[in-house]
Amino acid sequence: MAKRAQLVHGSADKTRKRLSSREKRDAAAFIGFTFPNFLLLGVFVFWPIIYSLYLSFFRWNMIAPRKTFIGLANYRTMIGDAVFWQSMRNTLVLAAAVVVVKIGIALFLATLLNRKMRMRGAYRAIIFSPTFTTSVAIAMVWGWIFDPNFGLLRVFINAVGLRSPNWLGDVQWALPAIIIVVIWSGVGYDMVIFLAGLTNISQEYYDAAQVDGATPWQCFWRITVPLLSPTTFFLTIVSVIGALKAFDIVAIMTEGGPLNSTNVIVYYIYQNAFQWFKTGYASALAVVLFAIIMIITLAQTRLSKRWVHY
Amino acid sequence: MGVIGRKAVGSRDLIARFLTHAALVFAAAVIGLPFLWMLTTALKSPAEVYIFPPVWWPSELRLDNFATAWRSAPFGRFYVNSIVTATSGVALEIAVAALSAYAFARIKFRYRDQLFIVLLAAMMIPGQVALIPNYVVLKHLGWINTYRGIVIPHVSSVFGAFLLRQYFLTIPESLYDAAEIDGMGHFKTLFFIALPLARPVVGTLALYLFISKWNSYLWPLIVTNTQNMRTLPVGLAMLRQAEYAIGPEHLMAASIFVLVPVLVVFFIAQKQLIEGIAAGAVKG
Repeated sequence: MAKRAQLVHGSADKTRKRLSSREKRDAAAFIGFTFPNFLLLGVFVFWPIIYSLYLSFFRWNMIAPRKTFIGLANYRTMIGDAVFWQSMRNTLVLAAAVVVVKIGIALFLATLLNRKMRMRGAYRAIIFSPTFTTSVAIAMVWGWIFDPNFGLLRVFINAVGLRSPNWLGDVQWALPAIIIVVIWSGVGYDMVIFLAGLTNISQEYYDAAQVDGATPWQCFWRITVPLLSPTTFFLTIVSVIGALKAFDIVAIMTEGGPLNSTNVIVYYIYQNAFQWFKTGYASALAVVLFAIIMIITLAQTRLSKRWVHY
Repeated sequence: MGVIGRKAVGSRDLIARFLTHAALVFAAAVIGLPFLWMLTTALKSPAEVYIFPPVWWPSELRLDNFATAWRSAPFGRFYVNSIVTATSGVALEIAVAALSAYAFARIKFRYRDQLFIVLLAAMMIPGQVALIPNYVVLKHLGWINTYRGIVIPHVSSVFGAFLLRQYFLTIPESLYDAAEIDGMGHFKTLFFIALPLARPVVGTLALYLFISKWNSYLWPLIVTNTQNMRTLPVGLAMLRQAEYAIGPEHLMAASIFVLVPVLVVFFIAQKQLIEGIAAGAVKG
């Protein structure tokens, strides 16, 4: 085989002409090979950004042949739209709660699992399993668990001597219920990512710390946490963007209610576009969502250099 | 346990080990209980569904709940729709991914680096932003309420293309050279050399894509408008509407129909899937 390879290199160097014809052939092949992907990305990923921006300056019901140009009116409406602000606030609360609680629990579980032990694979598989479970089915069973009369959760709440709230029917409790489900279904993914991060930390650090008489608690805060900061940072960004994209659980469990107390930005886009046919306004909302996600993504690349300690 | 007996393990160590397992059992129970609750509810009679404190295990197993749930909506049709759209989506997306991965890994092109950045940029754009424009495009194509409409907008590939490209780059140069000497073009090299070698990666990617397509809800919800075109998650969600008027035991039974294929795939390939996710995230 080595002989053959040499032969190729030799002949390739020899003639410039053949090289250029080869370049042409390669260029054609490259374009042909990547064409399907770039066509699809162009039509269904890049074009929508431009078209959303365009539609956001119009009033349109998606059916009428004519769109009415209204300038920035959709954006002005948004500033005065209490439901928009409510959905932004809900999205923020969801993001904050999920980041702090879910990532915290995931880190705790990952440190417990980060050793040789019996049942390790089983624990990991069970805790991870909601990640791949159909979100509609998750929302279905949790809707039933939160049932204030016959739900499973009432058993545990009564056991500690409290009265079960009317979870999904209560303006105060509906968003916490959504947060619980999002944490339940996402904690396993974060745990697995933390586990991968933990295996990258050399045991030598812990051995050295032990020699110096450090307690496990000190080891955790002085070694594990700082060295895991790239993973924590990655999971924070993924979780925040995940909260910004939340739809399924809200759509099934509460439909944004009661009184928009669980409405989130994507669900509000869906309502405007596909239930009320306010296509222009929904497009303006989508543009704002896109801008927020872009800012977070760009901030991520900037900040990861400053905050993350290796 | 044998290890503990043989070695003189300090009692502090024993307690720590016990607490670790206790915490993990608790966590696994919290995650597992909703699944168990779904199953037991699906097997209960109405009398045992509407009772508090709840019955943990039904006194008689009402398997006919599954039959009732199956008949309450065209679940056979939903299954066909889900299988057709998920499998064809996976096949197309892998083909698209493999072609562009090979091009970015193996074919020299003057603007390759610039195009790679374009591909990277696509990863940052969330699909949720594209709902309305995609719907409008599909309307112009006449693809609303068709399989094509469900599948095609989501077969472009960024993650899969990256993953396969990484793999193709690890294949020794000499193999590619040998293929070239044997007169294989890029297309043949991809199909007969690179892809067969990448089988484990392609397999994991296929499972991962299958699960995510099977589970997807928002896009099929928007793009289908008749019952016979709905996929399982959309059909399941519709069951909650008042017109169906079915009890929680039937909703849970129907949820199990939807879950079984993904849970089977997950538990058969869980090690591969979990490790694939971890590896992908750490590299990315």
